[in-house]
Amino acid sequence: MRVGVFICHCGNNIAGTVDVQKVAEEMRKIPGVAYSTTYVYTCSEPGQNEIIEAIKKYKLDRVVVAACSPRMHELTFRKAVEKASLNRYFLEMANIREHISWVGDDKELNTQKAIDVVRMAVAKVMNNKPLFSSSFKLTKRVLVIGGGVAGMQAALDCADGGLDVVLVEKSPSIGGMMARLDKTFPTIDCSICILGPKMVDVAQNERIKLYAYSEIEDVKGYIGNYEVTIRKKATYVDWNKCTGCGLCMEKCPSKNAYDYFNFGIAPTRAINIPFPQAIPKKAKIDPNYCRYFLKGKCGVCAKICPTKAIDYDMKDELVKEDVGAIIVATGYSLMGVENFPEYGGGKYKDVITGIQYERILNASGPTGGHIKRPSDGKEPETVVFISCCGSRDKSVGIPYCSNFCCMYIAKQAILTKDHLPKSQSYVFYMDIRAPGKGYDEFTRRAQEEYGVRYIRGRVSKIYPRGEKLIVRGADTLLGIQVEVEADLVVLANAVISNPDAAKLAEKLRISYDTFGFYVESHPKLRPVETNTSGVFLAGACQGPKDIPASVSQGSAAASKVLALFSKDVLESDPQVSYVNPNVCVGCMKCVKTCPFGAIKEEELRDGRKVAKVIETVCAGCGICTSTCPCGAIQLQHFTDNQILAEVYAFASGK
Amino acid sequence: MNNRRYAYYSGCSLESTAREYNESLKEVFRLLNIEIKEPEDWSCCGSSPAHTVDPLLACALGARNLALVEKMGLDVVIAPCPSCFTVLKRAHLKMKKDPEVRKKVNEVIDEPYNLKVSPKSALQILYEDVPPEKISEMVVYEIPELKVAPYYGCIVTRPPEVAEFDDAENPISMDRILESAGIEVCDFPFKTECCGAAFGIAKKEIVNRLSYKVIQMAKDSGANCIAVCCPLCQQNLDLRQGQINRLMGTNFQIPVLYFSQLLGLVFGISPKRLGIDKLVVDASWITRSMRKAEKKVGNKEKEPEAEEE
Repeated sequence: MRVGVFICHCGNNIAGTVDVQKVAEEMRKIPGVAYSTTYVYTCSEPGQNEIIEAIKKYKLDRVVVAACSPRMHELTFRKAVEKASLNRYFLEMANIREHISWVGDDKELNTQKAIDVVRMAVAKVMNNKPLFSSSFKLTKRVLVIGGGVAGMQAALDCADGGLDVVLVEKSPSIGGMMARLDKTFPTIDCSICILGPKMVDVAQNERIKLYAYSEIEDVKGYIGNYEVTIRKKATYVDWNKCTGCGLCMEKCPSKNAYDYFNFGIAPTRAINIPFPQAIPKKAKIDPNYCRYFLKGKCGVCAKICPTKAIDYDMKDELVKEDVGAIIVATGYSLMGVENFPEYGGGKYKDVITGIQYERILNASGPTGGHIKRPSDGKEPETVVFISCCGSRDKSVGIPYCSNFCCMYIAKQAILTKDHLPKSQSYVFYMDIRAPGKGYDEFTRRAQEEYGVRYIRGRVSKIYPRGEKLIVRGADTLLGIQVEVEADLVVLANAVISNPDAAKLAEKLRISYDTFGFYVESHPKLRPVETNTSGVFLAGACQGPKDIPASVSQGSAAASKVLALFSKDVLESDPQVSYVNPNVCVGCMKCVKTCPFGAIKEEELRDGRKVAKVIETVCAGCGICTSTCPCGAIQLQHFTDNQILAEVYAFASGK
Repeated sequence: MNNRRYAYYSGCSLESTAREYNESLKEVFRLLNIEIKEPEDWSCCGSSPAHTVDPLLACALGARNLALVEKMGLDVVIAPCPSCFTVLKRAHLKMKKDPEVRKKVNEVIDEPYNLKVSPKSALQILYEDVPPEKISEMVVYEIPELKVAPYYGCIVTRPPEVAEFDDAENPISMDRILESAGIEVCDFPFKTECCGAAFGIAKKEIVNRLSYKVIQMAKDSGANCIAVCCPLCQQNLDLRQGQINRLMGTNFQIPVLYFSQLLGLVFGISPKRLGIDKLVVDASWITRSMRKAEKKVGNKEKEPEAEEE
């Protein structure tokens, strides 16, 4: 056996706190190591070439690269050894950066630990076996979760590329947050006018199968072959019969239902169609407010419906769909106004959130686009906007910036002046964050052309005086306390992840951060991929994002799926479990413990029953290997022998 | 929660300027079967002066008293004065967080403090450990004319990471306690505004201006009485009310009572024992308008849900 060891300096990242020369020297002493060297950047082209040439020159048959995390560059080096005609699984990586040089600053101790870790990798690679992947077919259909602008863009792009799309939307209509907006910055074009046609495209596209008011119940399978269970929630209206005429909504006697679409700024009916441009334009009963459900009698909608579509006995329905890839575009939520007691959130009716104000500005909103304050319906003369409500505030657990509030505040202030020329708007801000194309010009316009007064400072308190609200804050540029008598106060409330974001992530087996936002595979270089191959991200489910960024990600995710589906077969990962039929006693304990259903019973020619792993389904988690009482199941590339060799190398110091 | 035992750290104010707070609180605790015991040989908490001079001293003064409580075998100490409370709690938290501080402080005090005591305000005890029905049960008088502005002051709930109690900016504990006792509470936006605190000595104009705002807001909110839980707030609002009237040209006559005095009144304790006569702004109209409670408070029927339409 002839092992080659390549220690990377990673510039100063590793060499700064690890004596790489000493590590290389130590490795030379190990029997079987034929070559050991260091290089400043092993992942660079000359660095890789050095590996390839060393393999040829020194007739190496195993390679250890001691560098960064295998998550970063294992694939890079596997490809390199393959170029030199070695099986890619004859490469082993030792992580001496994230696990050593970045976390410790004692060079001597670091070096000792690095020697141990690299020695273990050498021991393992000597026990490695060549592995070969097999190929499997894939279902060229894609599931898009979330029908906001990001999900719609992804669905339309996939459909344009010739794929069948299953689009699942949680609420009764697609459109998401963008459908609720009045105008969009920085061009002040009408949001629904640009989104509406897209929504119609989704509805009319024959390749897109839309499940509205539905949620993901369960996801089984793996890249190329997912089986997804979708829960179609009961709407109590047969959507095949409903024509969306709206008669039921008009006659419904329960007029105090919470309006989710309008963020509760005004009530709606217990049976409702969320908004005029809704897709599908179908009615739905909210059983929390419907008299029939609460008191057992009423039935007005059932009597009035011309197509007899009302069905009070409707139950949730589960349907299954087979897809090969999943795009997650579930969007975001907003912090509720009641989280701001110092601003009287929830107590003073005229303290509202940005999205609520958006609905007041909107022609299809509860005030028909006339700016009237909620308390008494009067037109406000003074409107105060407060940025960063919750955002960038560690005390409420949200250290991040909500990304688009600075821009929509400027937009809303401009629109306020347009609607009410006599009005005066004030904006309390921390910084004005307007880095997009045409954004800074836009916020300047708000100040210079529309006379919006920007005050740099936080608001400490809002309290009522007569019909007015006194907004008390600091002007940190002048160093004084200011009080503004306002008629209406708009809070730019923080963007937060959806309350069920973590639950969905667990179903999809993707990671999420402390705040519930989904984590991309690499923050710069793999922005729409997740660490679960076959699952992609788009839009604000990954972090607060404005419309252009969400649309870009929707298209990006679609292009990733199209690229994936351009292959007719996929290669399986051979790092999966394997049952040795000669050792297996057929107890089938592994069948029960496998979380993926990847192990089945098989009858051999001699009639003996043994376990067998379905290679494409196995996720390589290794649970079965620790369950097997006789060691018949071994996880390839992580066999008992390989791991024990590492342990021995570490414990013996040899 | 009957007969729970607590240590009771009265602090210097309650021994002097705020004796009526001390007396009324003890009466209320007695009626609610809350057993309290003062640590022997307690010393000054250090208040604001200590921590402006030396953080170690401030911490040590708090820790010394906490160690005394620990020795009594009790795990909660009631500090009715918010300033004492915040000093004790800060000392506890600082020592808990930083082993270095713990070591240093324990070196300078007689006996080490082992972090086993949680300091709480009187408000917190009555809000968290006494069920509201129990307060309602004790009520024997009602004061129909009384409308109270609950004024918490700046530090009983703040900073939130120290107080760890109620909402920092919009506290409701005193509101709920008074309501359970059948006392009408108004929606008071200046619950946590600053009264000017100790500036009364150095720069009394500041106190007068700030306290004026609090009293004015109480009046604007429809209150005819202010309830407080802090000796300094009480002093600034009550003792200086005449000063404020002269400076601002107002004519306030709003009595400023400790919330425990109000509780004591409706519980039927004699006004004299509650020290109502010690107040500067005359509060005798309150005692005069007391009536035997006709119906049980707190057992209010649930309001019927508003019919939609």
